[in-house]
Amino acid sequence: MANKRIDEPTGVETVGHEWDGIEELNNPLPRWWVWTTYLTIIFAIGYMIVYPAIPLLHSGTEGLWGWSSRGQLAAELKAANEAKGETLAAIAAAPIETIAPGSDLYNKAVAGGRAAFRQNCVQCHGAGAAGNPGYPSLKDDDWLWGGNAQEIETTITHGIRSPDDAATRSSLMPSFGRDGILTPAQVNDVASYVLSLSGKAPNDAAAQSGAAIFTANCAVCHGNDAKGSRAFGAPNLTDAVWLYGGSHDKVVASVTNAHAGVMPAWGAKLDPVTIKMLALYVHSLGGGEDFVEAPTTPAAESGNAQP
Amino acid sequence: MHSPEPAKQPSHLYEKRKAVFPKAVDGRFRRFKWLVMALTLGVYYITPWLRWDRGPYAPNQAVLVDLAHRRFYMFSIEIWPQEFYFVAGLLIMAGIGLFLVTSAVGRAWCGYTCPQTVWTDLYQHVDRLIDGDRNAQMRLEAAPWTGKKIFKRGVKWAIYLLIAFWTGGAWIMYFADAPTLTVDFWTGKAAPVAYATVGVLTATTFLLGGFMREQVCVYMCPWPRIQTAMLDEKSLIVTYKDWRGEPRGSVKKAEKNPGSVGDCVDCDQCVAVCPTGYDIRNGPDIRCITCALCIDACDKVMTQLGRPRGLIDYATLEDCASERAGGTPRPITKALFHTRTLIYTAVWGAIGLGLLFALGSRSRIDIAVQKDRNPPFSQQSNGDIRNDYTVKLRNMEARPRPMEVTIEGLPGGMMWTDDLPRDKAARSLTVTVAADQVDPLRVYVVAPEGTAPQKFNFVLKAKDAEGGGDVSEVRFDAPGEEE
Repeated sequence: MANKRIDEPTGVETVGHEWDGIEELNNPLPRWWVWTTYLTIIFAIGYMIVYPAIPLLHSGTEGLWGWSSRGQLAAELKAANEAKGETLAAIAAAPIETIAPGSDLYNKAVAGGRAAFRQNCVQCHGAGAAGNPGYPSLKDDDWLWGGNAQEIETTITHGIRSPDDAATRSSLMPSFGRDGILTPAQVNDVASYVLSLSGKAPNDAAAQSGAAIFTANCAVCHGNDAKGSRAFGAPNLTDAVWLYGGSHDKVVASVTNAHAGVMPAWGAKLDPVTIKMLALYVHSLGGGEDFVEAPTTPAAESGNAQP
Repeated sequence: MHSPEPAKQPSHLYEKRKAVFPKAVDGRFRRFKWLVMALTLGVYYITPWLRWDRGPYAPNQAVLVDLAHRRFYMFSIEIWPQEFYFVAGLLIMAGIGLFLVTSAVGRAWCGYTCPQTVWTDLYQHVDRLIDGDRNAQMRLEAAPWTGKKIFKRGVKWAIYLLIAFWTGGAWIMYFADAPTLTVDFWTGKAAPVAYATVGVLTATTFLLGGFMREQVCVYMCPWPRIQTAMLDEKSLIVTYKDWRGEPRGSVKKAEKNPGSVGDCVDCDQCVAVCPTGYDIRNGPDIRCITCALCIDACDKVMTQLGRPRGLIDYATLEDCASERAGGTPRPITKALFHTRTLIYTAVWGAIGLGLLFALGSRSRIDIAVQKDRNPPFSQQSNGDIRNDYTVKLRNMEARPRPMEVTIEGLPGGMMWTDDLPRDKAARSLTVTVAADQVDPLRVYVVAPEGTAPQKFNFVLKAKDAEGGGDVSEVRFDAPGEEE
């Protein structure tokens, strides 16, 4: 091994190692370099003392500073919630109709509502709020129970036909066919009439015979003009939006068996600020109606306020 | 290979640092170094304090890296994050510039402009100011720790620290309005990261410039290694012309025996002035940062002795070979032009021209449209099909601009926004986009029932004297097949 010699081209001494003609020159590192190595070792010892480091049988050492990733997450969440506190308090303090679209508070509330919507609402209404058969789209301009922010807030708080909430929005359509109120032929005629209102079926003999049946049985809730009533959550039957499907078969099925969709009363599950933010988010989806001054009570307000 | 004989003496695993006390010198290269030092330090310390009027909507600092708002200002140029390729282009130019300089004049970056060199040079002048020149410094280093030495060391290190602090302090001024930040800094109102940055840069400047010095170049820096690979026999390097200097001998010996000794009188002035403590007469080495101070030192001695200057001089390996064979020295300017330098210059210039062209022709107004995909469309109560879009209008000028967005194509298509009510839906709308901002608009587009899925354009037009605009093609989704 000790085959030391001076390397000719560089003038540097070799360390005496040689592998197949490849030799190692002795260009020693500076002394301070080794001190940096010692420093890293000292740092590592200190690190092991103050931070969790040594694995034990069931857990590990906790370290003098008591740091843990869960603890850090908890602290960060706490800080984030505290940072939100002021905004949430401002939203809580402002009546929903006073939060103007486009304002900073409105934008923050919509953002908060978007997050809450993804947790609580998408299961039925869909991630894009486009709804599903039986679960209304929240993007259109057709509202069963009212489409201004205050109405939406009421709907979310008390739900629809929610058994646990006395103030829930409620109505019940009779099962005209199943309970024998109308014969199958009458159901067929009234369905033809309803579809003819929006031009989806011809105004033929069946539809004309259905008109009288409609006036006698349906108009009390859906109105003589069939444009629905928000007091009963009775849908407008003359427009293009069909919650349970707009084909002849589907309408016949709806008249025969009726529908009574249920939405939970979220007031029992979510805090009022979250509900307010949800209402503003739903209102912001492009179909929200303007708040009209001096409203009547929600139950007494009739539909068709919107052009 | 195994050998039974044990090592006769242990190898030195670590090398003790040999302190360097470079002597002051004057000459053409020293004066050039003064100039470069004044220029680089001046640019570094003063730039953040230069003002540049951009009107009421933009900062008035000439050079500002506004990380919080993601803007980079440099005199009349403002760069947004998506235009960062300009900075990337500058970095590529800097890289090729280094290739060019290295190919032509060797390690000129190391010798003149590297911050490590500039600050080390500055600190070595502080040494001379407090402790005196080389010999006095060496005497003081060896002297015991008397009151006088402690005082001198204290004063010197305090100046070190002051320079280091000023250096760290100047750095943060590039990232915020300098006068405001200075006040905030001293009143404790600046961001913690400002104090941390100043602290770290003060520490590194103090340590690397005051104490580590040539150790950084020799042991820590990768650049000398890379640069060595970029030099060739046509590059200028600082060379001791041994065929002229050797064998070394005193003036007396030369007088006694003319022709028996070379020009080098072994005065060691070249070693004394070297900031890394290297003896250039041993040939090119990683320690030689080519600062050329040894040329100044040697020229001075040669002039005193009445011999021609340039015993140590910038020369290419090719020149050395021809001079050794008896050729006449070539002027330095001729060595600068060879194939590699010309190619590098051409590439460097082409990128520079390309960047300038891109800068001159870049658009300051922009529309970007993102369509909602969930749901792709929704039906309104009157049967209309609605598609929702997020339209981003970008105004990159430092003043508010009125803009008009129009639907092009999509027969019967109308739009409204959160500000424009549904009953006032139209095919075009006007908005004023704030200075230097992106205005995100929620746009709801409706088309009559029966409209087939198709593509259409959002057309953006600036409604001011400057004009300009942009177009974005998007999809309109609807039930049914595309036409």
